[in-house]
Amino acid sequence: MSTASVPLPNWITYGLMPLLNLLVAFFISGLVVWWIGEDPLAALKLLIEGSLGRGDAIGFTLFYATSFIFTGLSVAVAFHAGLFNIGSEGQAYLGGLGAALVALALDRYVPWYVTMPFAVIGAALFGAAWAFIPAWLQAKRGSHVVITTIMFNFIGAALMVYLLVNVLIVPGKMAPETRTFLPGGQLPKLDWLMAWFGLKLGPAPFNVSFLIALVMAFLVWVLIWRTKLGYEMRTLGISPSAAIYAGIPYGRTVIIAMLISGGLAGMMALNPVMGASARLQVEFVGGAGFVGIAVSLMGRSHPLGIVLAALLFGILYQGGADLSFEMPNITREMIVVIQGLVILFAGALEYMFRPAMVHLYQRLKRA
Amino acid sequence: MKKTLLTLIAMAALSTTALAADIKPALVYGTGGKFDKSFNEAAFQGAEKYKKETGTDFRDFEPTSDTQGEQAIRNFASRGYNPIVAVSFAWTSAMEKVAAEFPDTKFVIVDSVVKLPNVRSVVFKEEEGSYLVGILAGMASKSGKVGFIGGMDIPLIRKFACGYAQGAKAANAKIEVLQNMTGTTGAAWNDPVRGGELTKNQIDQGADVIYAAAGATGLGVLQTAADNKKLSIGVDSNQNHLHPGSVLTSMVKRVDLAVYNAYKDAAAGKFTGGIQTNGVKEDGVAYALDDNNAKLITPEMKTAVEKAKADIISGSVKVHDYMSDNSCPM
Repeated sequence: MSTASVPLPNWITYGLMPLLNLLVAFFISGLVVWWIGEDPLAALKLLIEGSLGRGDAIGFTLFYATSFIFTGLSVAVAFHAGLFNIGSEGQAYLGGLGAALVALALDRYVPWYVTMPFAVIGAALFGAAWAFIPAWLQAKRGSHVVITTIMFNFIGAALMVYLLVNVLIVPGKMAPETRTFLPGGQLPKLDWLMAWFGLKLGPAPFNVSFLIALVMAFLVWVLIWRTKLGYEMRTLGISPSAAIYAGIPYGRTVIIAMLISGGLAGMMALNPVMGASARLQVEFVGGAGFVGIAVSLMGRSHPLGIVLAALLFGILYQGGADLSFEMPNITREMIVVIQGLVILFAGALEYMFRPAMVHLYQRLKRA
Repeated sequence: MKKTLLTLIAMAALSTTALAADIKPALVYGTGGKFDKSFNEAAFQGAEKYKKETGTDFRDFEPTSDTQGEQAIRNFASRGYNPIVAVSFAWTSAMEKVAAEFPDTKFVIVDSVVKLPNVRSVVFKEEEGSYLVGILAGMASKSGKVGFIGGMDIPLIRKFACGYAQGAKAANAKIEVLQNMTGTTGAAWNDPVRGGELTKNQIDQGADVIYAAAGATGLGVLQTAADNKKLSIGVDSNQNHLHPGSVLTSMVKRVDLAVYNAYKDAAAGKFTGGIQTNGVKEDGVAYALDDNNAKLITPEMKTAVEKAKADIISGSVKVHDYMSDNSCPM
């Protein structure tokens, strides 16, 4: 009998198995660390301390996690409709343009809480607009969305470099970036939230966009599991032919799913652009769009799972940087290896332990 | 008695600070990474040279993002590292923040300006060095066409291109300068294959001397030029030895000296803040001449380029800086 169809309780599927995968990934990473001549336990300790040990470390971890929540949700929404959006990176890049234009226009006149809703809308609109053409091509012409969204990442990068170097740059400055936003265009830090827990945020750029991310995670949950549109998207994702037979409009659902996905990716820009550096810079996305794919995979495309997976990747990002700072032997390439192992075990090999789990579970149940 | 004792202690303390040759130097690279055979590696070489001469070890870090760069600079500062050198204009805003938080630590930023008393800003007149290699390219070209391949299309690289075009035109008023940028993302600094393709393309269009200002991408440019028996020009570090007989010269930018001098000055207690502009006059930028390319540089070329060098130093030739008005007269 195949083990794939045997139902397992949720605490095993969503709790025990990811944890087991993570442990194996850390074990193999430990072997790699040991192999290059460092102490794996000391490395693990540095990684945890560097990401969770102090107030500012937690702040940085949550800052990175915020970006990953947005991009993870973006990938997940498209994924529920059976679309693989690889373009979150480019959509987030363009989202930065939307947020920055709002901030540049309003920061002189109004306080941040007036700018914020417009910036959220601006970022989401620009991100969604960047997803629209691939979505339309998929819906009407059947051009595969994986290919077109990848290509749009490059077009987006070219457009942004052009704008930053020729249009938005501060004349005479070396760096291709906009002017620094005034406080009216910046999202404030969440030091009060950290203070509740008796922690000091220090210089970490953990900001209000974290709360926006959590709200979005909840709204995505409502959308996918509590609305008609979400039901249509899920049906389309499971079986396009059944969805069309049931009268769900294919083109419209594909386009709406991609627009929501692009909008969520665009909102990621709020975090680095308005929350951290207070300016639009080249390449500010820094791969968060691609990490979003791994986050969504690990989080099983469920908002709660995505928030947890984003936290894990935040820990790996922040703790990894701290680890390679403390142990110069562990280069930044080594950190990528460790992150890659986590993605491999927790994402790609997610069902590796399932057959063994099923056997064990059935035996325990019989006993 | 008490007073003399205090004075003695104070003097002892003073003399130890004066003798404090054991500085704790740190180095933060650009996101291109340590071993790019070009800009960042030059910084590494400078620190290595200081280490070899004095035995003082240094700590370095390769950030992967802007946030990490700021963290690294702050981490070094809070752990008492001093002086801290950050290469790349990408760390400008990070340096502005961190240097203000640690006024007693000495900082150096390369390729950008931070106006704080404890920061030394080292900038280079890349246009002057590029002008010199442009003259050599203009004279070495038989086809009347020379090429330029940049990394990412940012102002810094346009500055290289503009100086080069001016030099080539000064040598040969009718020369045509072909220009290409490798890409629009950071990957453009590390894409030798695409660098090679662009070189092939420029060679097909008739260019016979090609100048690469593109980090590790330039390695592909130099390789392709050598394979096609054409000439190339290296950048940042002296790259003449990579393909002897094919690399015409290299536009050397002494990032290594910037790092080395910062450590040396700090150890000797002679560290100064402010802007340090390194042009041809200060030997901060230069064309490279060694055994590997001696045969390629004819006596006439050498005379011409030395004359241009003297003219720049004396001020009778002014090379237009792209950054001054964001445009190039060529």
